[in-house]
Parts: sequence; structure tokens; C-alpha cells
Amino acid sequence: MTKLTHINLCLGICLAFCSSVFAAESSIIVQSTTSTANSGLYDQLLPRFQRDTGITVHVVAVGTGQAIKNAKNCDGDVLLVHARAAEQKFVAEGYGVARHDVMYNDFVFVGPPADPAAIAGGHSALAALARIASTKSKFASRGDNSGTHKKEVALWKQAGIDPTSDSGGWYLETGSGMGATLNAAVGSGAYTMTDRATWISFKNRQDYQIVVEGDDKLFNQYGIILVNPQKCSNVKREPAQKFIDWVLSKKGQDAIAAYQLDGQQLFFPNGN
Amino acid sequence: MQDFSASFGLAFSLIISADADLIEIIGLSLRVSISAVLLAALIGFPLGALTAVIRFPGRQALAVLLNALMGLPPVVVGLLVYMVISRAGPLGWMNLLYSPAAMIIAQTILVTPIVAALTRQVVEDMHKEYDEQFRSLCLPTHRVITALIWDSRYSLLTVSLAGFGRAIAEVGAVIIVGGNIDHLTRVMTTAIALETSKGDLALALALGIILLVLALSVNAAVYGLRASARRLSYA
Repeated sequence: MTKLTHINLCLGICLAFCSSVFAAESSIIVQSTTSTANSGLYDQLLPRFQRDTGITVHVVAVGTGQAIKNAKNCDGDVLLVHARAAEQKFVAEGYGVARHDVMYNDFVFVGPPADPAAIAGGHSALAALARIASTKSKFASRGDNSGTHKKEVALWKQAGIDPTSDSGGWYLETGSGMGATLNAAVGSGAYTMTDRATWISFKNRQDYQIVVEGDDKLFNQYGIILVNPQKCSNVKREPAQKFIDWVLSKKGQDAIAAYQLDGQQLFFPNGN
Repeated sequence: MQDFSASFGLAFSLIISADADLIEIIGLSLRVSISAVLLAALIGFPLGALTAVIRFPGRQALAVLLNALMGLPPVVVGLLVYMVISRAGPLGWMNLLYSPAAMIIAQTILVTPIVAALTRQVVEDMHKEYDEQFRSLCLPTHRVITALIWDSRYSLLTVSLAGFGRAIAEVGAVIIVGGNIDHLTRVMTTAIALETSKGDLALALALGIILLVLALSVNAAVYGLRASARRLSYA
């Protein structure tokens, strides 16, 4: 008899613990790149959006590659990433309704003060990559199919270099997020490429500095897409569309422009 | 050089100020991991005891399997659970992904083999001791099993704590199925991973220290409970 009481007690506790899990609310899931979340941009945008509409936004911050994959599995209502070609493909394949530009910033190369490849102060991404490869200076790559990784791979290709031939040598593919890759680069004296927002908000910079910036090739465009409700019946079309409209509205765009960290603007709105 | 003392100071001030976000994260960590351990105990105690007492073909193979599954990599469990409860998965209609329930499921899968395997060992040792007595009393198997579980309850409490240690410390599974969503599925370990990725190593370590204190408190509470229960039963 006591046994049964114990089991009932256990079940009761379990139910008490699990119950609030299923509470429904007006909320959407945004599959997002990490830079927008880690830099604190959402902390600036989401409370305002919630105040205006009453809709809660849950952000899943992963690399662009994984975010797109999750959205293809219908595990999100909105996609906010930065890999235009992959985004257009996502829409073309019918997973997304339409793609809109939201904002931009740029990628930068960061490196140790010793600057073994002697690229500091340069403004050409391709020249810097060529120097890094020819001097076999360590370079930490995301290696995770993220937006930043796709960009980096495209740059290597334009430079006519295949760094993966020496993967594990001077070319280090961390296979992890931007923050983890920055930690790895700083820890091992390697160069790496990062979006400017993540760099400015990154706390473990130690003596690392931006070595290359200001190349048009380093342009970084963010896009927003409504996941196609015809493919994914679970998509909450109305609140999700409201979020997209709000981000692209003057209010949303102004909020993006107003977000600063250390006196620097991280994202430049160019919504359409 | 890294400033370790800064982390201790930060951990201390976070605890003292009872930071609302921190309290929420601690609460969810405990809720998820304790739920997982309770569910794992519900499954693992009887499963372990059955494997210990009943003779059936493949019993040893099952024992080896349970022992091996104690080493299940959290990230693999997370991935499997994600594939099942994702919208595109077979249980997608249940709408479990990115919820504490999903995290409880993943941790239950991680912890159950630990509880079952250790229970099997504990109950088997106990069974050897009392086997003849049980035989002379001609007790039915289910009575033997419940009696053995009840008599091993203090050891099984430690078994549960081993499971709790695994659950509260893992990050690989909960970050995939929970998504580390602020105010919804963020727990201590995913918060630590997040702060590490932001390069805020001092805050990450401070959260790590708080997690250790949390584990210590749970263990101390169970130890105290056990001690007073023993006193009561011998009084």
C-alpha cells in the first residue's frame, strides 16, 4: 500500500513539474543567426515589439546553416539569417514565402598583435587570405556551414586557394559558433573572420584587434523570411507576419539603427 | 591572464542580489533535472530490479547493455529526440520541441540507463543476501522485487543522485531540444555555454560556480533527509 502511495506521490510531483509546459500563449519562434542574439540586438527589439503587439518572440540562436535546416523541418515561424544565396534557395524551394533585406554590417578579420602574416591595416580580404596561406599563419574557420562560414569559403574560392588541403595544419576548422571560434582563435594565436557585431560585443578579445576591414567583399546582409505556412501548417502566419512587418517598419528599422554598443552602431537598417 | 577571483566575486554578488533572471534559470534547471530523475527512477528502479532478480535469456546481455548506455553521449540523445519531436519528425504534432517537456524527455533518456544499471547492481547484491529467506517464504516475484527495492531505498537514493548529477550537468541534449530560449528553455548549462560564446568567461565561470553550489545543496538536502529518515526508522 505504501508503495502505491509513493508512486502516486512521484507522479504527482512529476505532473506538477510538467504541467506549465503545455500552457499556450501568443508566441512565435524565430530561427536566427547567433550574431543578432549574442550582440544583444533582440534585447533591444523584442520588448518594443511585444509592447506594440503583445506577441512574445522566442529566439533560437544557431548558425545560419542550422537555422535554415530547422526551418525546413518546420521548427520555426520566421527565419532571420545572413546568407543571401542560401536564403533565396530556401524561398525558391518553397520553404519560405518571401525574403526581405533587414539590415547589414560587415565582416572583419581579427588577429594577434604579432601579426605573423603582416596583413594589419589592409583593406583587401583576398590579399589578406593569400598572405595568410603563403605564410601558413594559423586561421580559425567556423567550419559549420553558417553564414559567416559560407562567406569565408566564398572568399577563399575567389582568392584561388583551397585551405582545407591543410586542415588541421594552419587551417583550423572549429566546427562551432562564432563565439567559440573567436575563443579558439584568441587562445591559439590564429586569425579569424567575424561579423563586426559579434566582435564588438565579444568580451574575451584580450589583445586581439581588427586587422582587415573596409573591403566591399566583406559586406554582410541580413534577411528575414516567413516560413511557408503551406509547407508547414504549424506556422503562426499572422503573428509571424506581424513581426516581419514590424521589423521592416520605420519603428523597427529605427530601433535597429539606435542600437549601440561601446558607442558603435552594430547594424545598419536597409529593410524593404 | 584570466581573473579567477573576479568570477568568485561575480558569483557571490549574483547570489546575494538574487538576480531575477538567474533565479528563473536555476528554477528551470532544477525543475527539468528533478523531473527527469523522478521519471528515470520510476522506470529504472523496476527495470534494474527485474534484471537483477528474474532469470531470463539475454539477461546478461541486457545488464551489459544497460551498463554501456550509461555512457550515452548527451548530444546524440539530443539529436535523436530532436529528430523525433521536430515538426518533421514522427511526434512533431505533439508540439514538444523547444519546451521544458522536451528537455525532460531528453534527460530522462540519458538518466534512465544510469539509474537502471546501478539499481540492478544494488538489488542483485541485496538479493544474494536474502535469496534463501525469500525462497523459504515462497514469496511471489513481485513481492520479492518490491521488498528488495524498499530495503535498498537508501542506496537507491544515492543512485538517483548519480542520475541527478548527470542531468543537471549536461548541456549537449538540452541545448538541441530546448534551443536555449531566453525565459523559456534556458538552463544553467546552456547559459554557461552562451556566456562562453559571448566571450564573457568571468560570468560563465561564475554561473559554473553557482551550478556547483546548487548540486552541493541538492546533495546535502538529500543526505539530511536520509539521515533524519534513518533516525526515525530506528527510533
